[in-house]
Amino acid sequence: MKIGIMASQISGHLTTPNNYESIATTTLSSTNTITFSSIPATYTHLQIRVLARSQRADTGDLCNFRFNGDTASNYVAHQLNGDGATTGAGGWSSVAQIYGMRVAANSASANVFGVGVLDILDYANTNKYKTTRSLSGYDNNGSGEIYLMSGNWRSTSAITSITIVPNVGTGFLQYSSFALYGVK
Amino acid sequence: MAAGATYVSIASQTLSSAASTITFSSIPATYTDLIIVQQGTAVTTAAAMQMELNSDTTAGNYSCTFMYGDGTSAASGRYTGDKMVGRNYIQQQNNIIQIMNYSNATTYKTTLSRSNAAGNLVGTIVSLWRNTAAITNVRLFVGAGNFDTGTTFSLYGIAAA
Repeated sequence: MKIGIMASQISGHLTTPNNYESIATTTLSSTNTITFSSIPATYTHLQIRVLARSQRADTGDLCNFRFNGDTASNYVAHQLNGDGATTGAGGWSSVAQIYGMRVAANSASANVFGVGVLDILDYANTNKYKTTRSLSGYDNNGSGEIYLMSGNWRSTSAITSITIVPNVGTGFLQYSSFALYGVK
Repeated sequence: MAAGATYVSIASQTLSSAASTITFSSIPATYTDLIIVQQGTAVTTAAAMQMELNSDTTAGNYSCTFMYGDGTSAASGRYTGDKMVGRNYIQQQNNIIQIMNYSNATTYKTTLSRSNAAGNLVGTIVSLWRNTAAITNVRLFVGAGNFDTGTTFSLYGIAAA
């Protein structure tokens, strides 16, 4: 690729060759949560691409993101969402995770998974709090939700690990897949 | 650890004359996700941009949930039996379609789209194809009117470690 468009869900970004690299990918063989650890500081931004279905007994669930093992109330988040009938907006302050995506859950029709793309901007910078943005959702042939979300981790530490857990479910179901990429 | 370059151009098309449909075929299964970027205009008639996968023409296998803002208000809606993944306006716009985990053979396929039509609206769509087959063929089309001359369609593959 000579010049491509790094088409994140928010906007297009021009990239030059070899500037978008796969760091790690996990596809679950049984219900579990995800941690990406030992993330190198050699990129400018991170992107996480998700296919997921939560164990929650409902049609949808949130994905929560925590950085560097921090479980204190150092996160904030906002959302704009649609459920096929109405739009909504919400926000959280001083919470213990970034509410970062909306995916399908275990009461959705069989084989229906939610999807999402989350960007973590300037993740290795030690002078800024860390901000995320995402687009995510699922359609269940008659129900479904779509979410635009932003989050902030009020820490100047470089991000070296990311933990992803369902908000309500105990884990993500088999075949859920999480891919971490670095953007130079 | 990093596996080298993973964001690859697979194919692109630029319309030399107005057309109502374009197809990407023989898509290899060597990537994790696909991204399609469409940039252009409609000729005279605005319409939804729709997508068929693997030549499955059965509308009942497709559905979507969407949200948009048109400069006045925000709204959300849903279609069942409908293949919408974007929009085709007379004013310049782009649609970015993310086809997630397109080559697995175990889950239904879900796509995320963003429509950036500054003269009309900004919108997002999550679309479902109720089929577990790996995707090898993508057809984009409009139900009314045409994509205009010069409209571009680019297909990218993202590989995973």
